[in-house]
Amino acid sequence: MTNPSRNPRAADGTLLSIQDLHVDFAVGRNKVFHAVKGVSFDVPPNRTIAVVGESGSGKSVTAMAILRLLPDNAKVSGTIRFDGRDLAHEPMSSIKRMRGNDISVIFQEPMTSLNPVFTVGDQIAETLSLHAGLRGQALRQRVVELVDEVGIPDAARAIGRYPHELSGGQQQRVMIAIAIACNPRLLIADEPTTALDVTIQKQILDLVARLKREHAMSVLFITHDLRVVGEFADEVVVMQSGEVRERGTVGEIFGAARHPYTQALLACRPPLEHRPARLPIVADFLSGRVAGAHVLDAVPDRLPRPDGPVVLEVKRLSKSFKVKRGLFGSVEVPAVKEVSFTLRRGRTLGLVGESGSGKTTVGLSVMRLHDASAGEVWFEGRDLMTLSRNELTSMRRRLQIVFQNPYASLNPRFTVGQILLEPMRIHRIEADDAARLRVATTLLKRVGLPESALNKYPHEFSGGQRQRIAIARCLTMKPEVLICDESVSALDVSVQAQVLNLLLDLQDEFGLAYLFISHDLAVVRYISDDVMVMNRGEVVEIADSDTIYRSPQNPYTQRLLASIPRGYEAAKPSLAA
Amino acid sequence: MSGASTPLAPGGEYAAVPDGPDLPAADLADQAADRDAASTGVWHAAGKRMLRDRVGMVTMVVVVLYLLVVAGSWFGWIASDWQAETGVSYASPTFLGKVENLEALGGAADGAAKGPTLDISDVDPLAPRYREWADRTAKTDSGIVHRAETLPFGADKWGRDVLKKAIKGAQVSIFVGLAAALVAVVIGTLLGAVAGYFRGWIDDVFEWFYSIFTSIPYILLILSFAAVFRANPVLAHAGVLTIIAVLGLTGWTSAYRLVRAEYIKHRAREYVRAADAIGASNFSRMFVHILPNASHVILVRLSLDVVAFIKAEVILSFLGLGVPIDMVSWGTMLSEAQSELVIGKWWQLVAAGAGMAVLVTAFSLFTDSLRDALDPKLK
Repeated sequence: MTNPSRNPRAADGTLLSIQDLHVDFAVGRNKVFHAVKGVSFDVPPNRTIAVVGESGSGKSVTAMAILRLLPDNAKVSGTIRFDGRDLAHEPMSSIKRMRGNDISVIFQEPMTSLNPVFTVGDQIAETLSLHAGLRGQALRQRVVELVDEVGIPDAARAIGRYPHELSGGQQQRVMIAIAIACNPRLLIADEPTTALDVTIQKQILDLVARLKREHAMSVLFITHDLRVVGEFADEVVVMQSGEVRERGTVGEIFGAARHPYTQALLACRPPLEHRPARLPIVADFLSGRVAGAHVLDAVPDRLPRPDGPVVLEVKRLSKSFKVKRGLFGSVEVPAVKEVSFTLRRGRTLGLVGESGSGKTTVGLSVMRLHDASAGEVWFEGRDLMTLSRNELTSMRRRLQIVFQNPYASLNPRFTVGQILLEPMRIHRIEADDAARLRVATTLLKRVGLPESALNKYPHEFSGGQRQRIAIARCLTMKPEVLICDESVSALDVSVQAQVLNLLLDLQDEFGLAYLFISHDLAVVRYISDDVMVMNRGEVVEIADSDTIYRSPQNPYTQRLLASIPRGYEAAKPSLAA
Repeated sequence: MSGASTPLAPGGEYAAVPDGPDLPAADLADQAADRDAASTGVWHAAGKRMLRDRVGMVTMVVVVLYLLVVAGSWFGWIASDWQAETGVSYASPTFLGKVENLEALGGAADGAAKGPTLDISDVDPLAPRYREWADRTAKTDSGIVHRAETLPFGADKWGRDVLKKAIKGAQVSIFVGLAAALVAVVIGTLLGAVAGYFRGWIDDVFEWFYSIFTSIPYILLILSFAAVFRANPVLAHAGVLTIIAVLGLTGWTSAYRLVRAEYIKHRAREYVRAADAIGASNFSRMFVHILPNASHVILVRLSLDVVAFIKAEVILSFLGLGVPIDMVSWGTMLSEAQSELVIGKWWQLVAAGAGMAVLVTAFSLFTDSLRDALDPKLK
């Protein structure tokens, strides 16, 4: 069946037309930051237009400018034509009438977008009574219908619940119910699935696609993830540094991307089908060294690393947290249940799972950053769980951890030099500070930062650079095991590829063993030799990377892998069928 | 995932952290060289923000002027002779001119009435020697002190210069305020750091102590501490140290709460976890890692406490529990002014009141600016 809405030529006229949009932010007294520089694109009726870009590309600012949801220091110029009216020059009062009525928005964080002191029913009803003037039984009736429509079970009871009683996915469904309450003609979705797990993401995307069809509305979908777009959008606008780099139908973008930046975005994400030896980085594309979105197909696959000796063996590790119940009682809530695995020298064990699966708890317990409830962690013939605090300190340098958020894991009051020297001073590595400084400089260069970085503070670096500083800090102690806890999850696609390449190089050079914890299945697929899948604190499947991704045995693993957005190629069969 | 975190409100982050695609090392080096000049620490950045704040700068100048006066008086360069009785009793301020001063006149009239009025020289056996004594008196330089009718800002009951008194009083009051605030903040920081960092039963014990301590009305608490210290023979003569101890030991609670909250917030931060992972000790994590990140809060609390304790000292001295009798502070001046106001001598009240009001206002505004400048928007 051919879905007519996927053919952009079928549309006539435009619903929203943005022409030469500029958004400037006044920063400080006389500095101006140009966030959006002359962006133009159209949103035809009944279409999904995806705006794709990395952080700082101006994609969200563009979307928020439509409904004037920008902060006061923003200056907007250009035309935003919606339904024949220029929103950029309409009075604020008529913009307010359009919000939630003609155009509605859903945001990234459903938890912070909902008011915690009102029931979800009240919050949906507010929009309806404001714009549609519904009252009493009719209002309640409509709220229940909406909640039912966005797929929350037992709608009549669900409307009496408070936001914190719902899961993240259900909260986002409530946000969507509020957004579609007044049958808007345009739905702006600003990264609506980024904060959600991959299985929930798929459900929400399916829901938005269904509602778009049923309500005959257009969707302006803002995202950083091109793969999500491929299955879902009709047209794609690629943005970088406040400018539109490329614009086209989803087929054109995925099939024959012309701009090097688009090609880079497509190629820098690790593929699921195979494991290339290296990932290309954006700079390669922009400088013209590499071209074409399908360069990865030509890169030879990385062979699994040889089986080294076992460096870390975890046996039946368990961790439970005490949760207060009633006045004096407390219940043990298990977070990790009897997890066992081995880590070999020079190899990477990927640990995947959704939020709440206990994967981070495993990492922290192995490091003894918090104490496990039971189990053994054998490292160099000793059980780390039984070591005293002093014995542990000397063991600590052999096992290191790189955290998720590069903005939080470096002390903002330390210079990079202090950050790198501190662990060497604690463990008395090298004879004096001069020698330590030489080591720090060498390591900085090794992770791709200049020597001048030593005297700077963390806030002067970008996210990717900070993550490299964190990696260099671990390397100062010459560890044997490196635990990467979502270490690349907070990074942009292009930066992510660089850090992944760096991690692989360091592994080859130093023979490190990685425990790579991530919710990102594609990244784990790329970097891991073996993969362990966790669900609700238990290991459901553990096997080598190829086996798990090609023929998953456990039903949960199968469901998880089926939820990964696979880009345009995966969507094509449904088109042809 | 980062693409998601595109901030809608670009504050300093956009300018400070160009989060674009990373560049190869060579480009990075160029970029780094360009930015070397701008390489700034957190304190440096705060200083720059402070310089741009007009109110902050003006109030800072006022505060610095006060501190210079305090220093001058401390080293005896100014107002060291504040106890000299240079004017007539209640000499009026110069700018008022010579207004009728009944208090001074009353004193003079008493003296005049004592002169001999009746000639009894023929029966007086000492009469022949009067002349001799008169000559000798003329030779010795007895020098009747000429007391000024007016002084720049008037005089008190004993004819002491009110301006000098106010300067000396400023020295005592500001010193007490600063020292007591320091004591309070150090105690509060230590207790707060321990409670917030270790949590668990240690935190519970500290919290119980804090709750009991704060359940006592503040003035009552200060008065009972003051009474205890006065009763102690050693401490009773320690001068201003007593009052510093009283204020410091009762005033640590707000610093404690703030620092404890900061420590609870920071101990869960990844950089502290990272420090744990590299093997940093508890002490190092508490005072090398977390303390500098909480220092802006502590500094602001310190300056707020200075203002509060200057006022508290005034209240204590007013109640007679403050500085010793041979010293002067704004509080004792205000205490004296109580009875002077009845007879219309307002200048001592104005001198102490204005000195304190200007300082407290300037210090409070300065503290606000300080907080704005130190508030680290850098994440």
